[in-house]
Order: sequence, then structure tokens, then C-alpha cells
Amino acid sequence: MADGFVLETQGLTKEFRGFIAVNDVSLRVRRGAIHALIGPNGAGKTTCFNLLTKFLEPTRGTITWQGRDITRAKPAEIARMGLVRSFQISAVFPHLTVLENVRVALQRARGNSYDFWRSDRVLAGFDVRARDLLADVNLTEYEGVPAGLLPYGRKRALEIATTLALDPAMLLLDEPTAGMTHEDVEHVVALIRRIREGRTILMVEHNLSVVSGLSDTITVLTRGQVLAEGDYAAVSANPEVRAAYLGAEEAA
Amino acid sequence: MNPMNVPASQRIAFVVMLAMIAVSPFVLYPVFLMKVLCFALFAAAFNLLIGFVGLLSFGHAAYFGMSSYVSAHAAKVWGFTPELAILAGTAVATLLGIAIGWIAIRRQGIYFAMITLALAQMVFFFCLQAPFTGGEDGIQAVPRGRLFGVLDLANDMALYWVVAAIFIAGFLFLYRVVHSPFGQVLKAIRENEPRAISLGYRVDDYKLIAFVISAAMTGVAGGTKAIVFQLATLTDVNWPMSGEAVLMTLVGGIGTIFGPPVGALVIIAMQNELAQLGAWVTVVQGVIFVACVLAFRKGIIGEIQAKFGKPL
Repeated sequence: MADGFVLETQGLTKEFRGFIAVNDVSLRVRRGAIHALIGPNGAGKTTCFNLLTKFLEPTRGTITWQGRDITRAKPAEIARMGLVRSFQISAVFPHLTVLENVRVALQRARGNSYDFWRSDRVLAGFDVRARDLLADVNLTEYEGVPAGLLPYGRKRALEIATTLALDPAMLLLDEPTAGMTHEDVEHVVALIRRIREGRTILMVEHNLSVVSGLSDTITVLTRGQVLAEGDYAAVSANPEVRAAYLGAEEAA
Repeated sequence: MNPMNVPASQRIAFVVMLAMIAVSPFVLYPVFLMKVLCFALFAAAFNLLIGFVGLLSFGHAAYFGMSSYVSAHAAKVWGFTPELAILAGTAVATLLGIAIGWIAIRRQGIYFAMITLALAQMVFFFCLQAPFTGGEDGIQAVPRGRLFGVLDLANDMALYWVVAAIFIAGFLFLYRVVHSPFGQVLKAIRENEPRAISLGYRVDDYKLIAFVISAAMTGVAGGTKAIVFQLATLTDVNWPMSGEAVLMTLVGGIGTIFGPPVGALVIIAMQNELAQLGAWVTVVQGVIFVACVLAFRKGIIGEIQAKFGKPL
């Protein structure tokens, strides 16, 4: 990967019964970058995200990960290749404790998950690592609490800890700050800054202040197509982007 | 509470259950108790899917009935000892579980229930037509034989201890499956399947393994039942039998450890007590089913568990 791009799409298109949600999108995500995908509502961000994470099958186009074609790969397989996604609605296992949530991820990465004859006491071997990960996101005091009882912001933090347990090469974050209070947003932004070391991050985001401070590259989508790409300064200076997105935001 | 060890509440419940199994044959009719134990294992096996993977199978009669037929045939025609006859039935139920599970786990929710029901009805039709099942007559006068060729099981008490041992072994095995690294992944899939996928779990594999374990243990229950009653009939393989497992699990408490055996005890006892009502048993059962769904959604053990905040 001499060109430094880890994730690339070529002419990615998704049609739903005649409606084109994502139209001929060619994206290139640079290794180690934080790349944001923004756009007004209905621009196809989430569809595009679901195509990249294989939760949807593209109608046309290809996706490559580190030079390898993953267009037809299954979602669990790309997770095993190191591309791990988050969800817009916080994705925890509500009746498992906070500690167990993280352990489920550690358990996948380190094996013996098919052992139905073995006692779950063997999972205690993951506790040290799980507690380290929880400490990283300030959840230590909550480890015995069922995850479903956590407040929203903490659930997001737990989700990130669970994702990091897999030590993914690339994180795909679906609106990581959606529905959060101002305080929680700052917390998540700080967290993303901290975890970016050695990883590539692609995030779909609505909150422009988050994007402006974090992203190295921004791709703007409107009506399923790429409108502009560049750093925040370049993108925000683009008159078309202002008209389609920023303008709409200011008017609102 | 340390989540890594068996909680005290479950230890106590297990001891109580063992005590009841030990004492009850001196108080109650052993054949009735053996029926309860067979159905308790059946319901516990069914509960592995509905309670810990979130899959509602409506076709468990197929494994129960098929195993019942195969065990009866093996004991009667091939002269197998009872433990080998039950093993033969279990093996066939397991294979059937692999075949049906492989098709069914690709669908979710109501579609999963419908596919399991449809495939189980195909098994029923096969049993109706196949010559070895004896059609409407079933397989009758199955010899109980001698356990390992030694212990004569014609005596109800001797057979009772064997059935009790089979139940306890099956129950402990299912407990272990639920409380294993594998069981932990099952719970994660039940709680949030897309998230489990995004962590890289091949969830279909886990569902299939759980399905096959459930079918196999159902097979153990069905085969044991055939030996106890010396009988295998179309009732064992027909769809209301699948409904029995659903009802027992619901009454006892879905997703609890001790709920299915308690549900089996309640339902079988009720069927016995109300037998003189004839066809009205079904009506009474229906009312109980409705009452459970409306008032005690968690089931008997589920409600107790919620009240005391302790896992059972």
C-alpha cells in the first residue's frame, strides 16, 4: 500500500427499487487518518456506511481493504480482518454486565468461544485486560452493572471499549455523538483523539463542530454523490458545500 | 455476587430439586414422575433455544417423536439394551437437528418458528407413512430390557433411578452449555445480534450448534420416554407435542434454569389431575396459557427470580 490508502471504494452504488441511495461513490481513506463522511439528512451517509461495513450489499462497485477485494465479504469476516463498526443506537448487550460486554469481544479475538463443554470460569482470564479497557473509558466503577442500565453517554463509552477490545486496525463509527449532551460529546471527542494512535477511523457525523476539530479529511455527500472532499478549511470554503449543507444548517 | 461461580440461589434450588427427585418416588407414582422427568428434560432442551438464543422453535416434536420411534424400534426389533436404544434415538434426533437447523437458522422471529413447524410436520408425515412406525398403532409393547444387559428395568423403581440419572445428567449438561464461553456468546447473540456480528462472530454457526444440542437433548428425552411407557406413537411427533414444550417453558419461566422442569411438573400434574375432564383439559391448558402470557409473563420461576433478584 505504497499510496497509503487502506480502504477504497470504486463506483460504489446502492439502489433500492429504483431509488439510488448511493451513487457512484469513490472514497479513499488514508492509513492513520480520521476521515469524516458528512452531508445533509438523506444524503446517503448511513447507507454508504452500511455498505462499507457489509451490512448492505452494493448494487455496483467494489470495496477494497488493504488491496484485498471485500465487496462480497460477510460482515463477521470483515470484523475479523480488523474493520470494526459501531452503531448509531448504542450497541451494548443490555443484560450482560459492563465487564461481560468487554469480555465477549476479548473472547472472540482470543478463541475458545465454541467450547460449550467448558465452564465460563475460563473467561476470568480476560478480566485483567477487560478492566484495563474499562479504565481507559472511565467505566471502572460500573463493571458489575448490567449494561442496559448505564446512562446513554456511558453506553457509548462502553461500546468503544468493547470495540477496542478487538484492537481493530480500522474503526467505523456511525454518528458517535448522536443524541449526546454537550458534555458527553466532548468526552467522546477526547476519547477518539486518544484511540486514534495506530488506527484509521472513518466516521459518519452530523455534528460539524466534532468534524472540524477531529478530521483530517472530510467527504461531503449529497443525494448519494460525493460533492466535495478535502480538509475542513477547503470543504467549508466550497460554495457548493455551503449551499447544500452548511447553508442549510445556517438557515435552520 | 461473583458472576464466575454458581450463585448460591442456584445451588440451593439444585439441592432442593435433587431432594425432591430422591423422595418423591416413595410418595408418588413412579411412572408419573418418570413422565415429568422426561418432559422436564424436553422443556429444558427447548429452553436452550428460546431462552438463551432467542429462537422460538415450533418443531421440537420432530426430535422428540423421531427419537421415541427409533428408540422403540431399536429396543423391540433390534433387541438393543435400553441405553443403546436411547442413544440410537438421540443420534437420529441429532442428525435431524443438523438438517432442520441448517435450514431454519437462516431466518428469524416468526419465520424461524414457521419453518421449524413446517419441517416438523414433514417429519410427522414421514412417521405416518413409514412402515416401521406402525402408523396409527405406533410401536407398542417395547421391552424395557436390562440396563447394560444387567439391571432389569421391568421394576418401576429401578427404571425410575435410571431416568432420574438421565435427567440430572442432561440438566447439568444444559446448565454447563449455558454457562460456558459458548453460552456467553449465545447470550450476546440473543441480546444484540448485529453487534455480535460486528465483533466478528459467525452467529449462524453458534445458532446451529445450539440448535443441534437442543435437538439432541430433546432426543434423549424422547427416547427415554419410549422406554418408560414402552410405547412410541404419532402423538410424540405431532405438532401439539411442540406446543407442550412451549407451554411448559412459558409456565416455568423462559430463560431460567429451573423454570422448564417446574413448568413440566405443573403441566403434567395438571393433565393427570384433570384427566377425568376429557377434552376439557385442553381448554383449561389454554386458559392457563393465556393467564401466563397476560399476568405472569416471566413464568413461575421467572417471577420468583425477579422478586428476590437472584438467578434461578
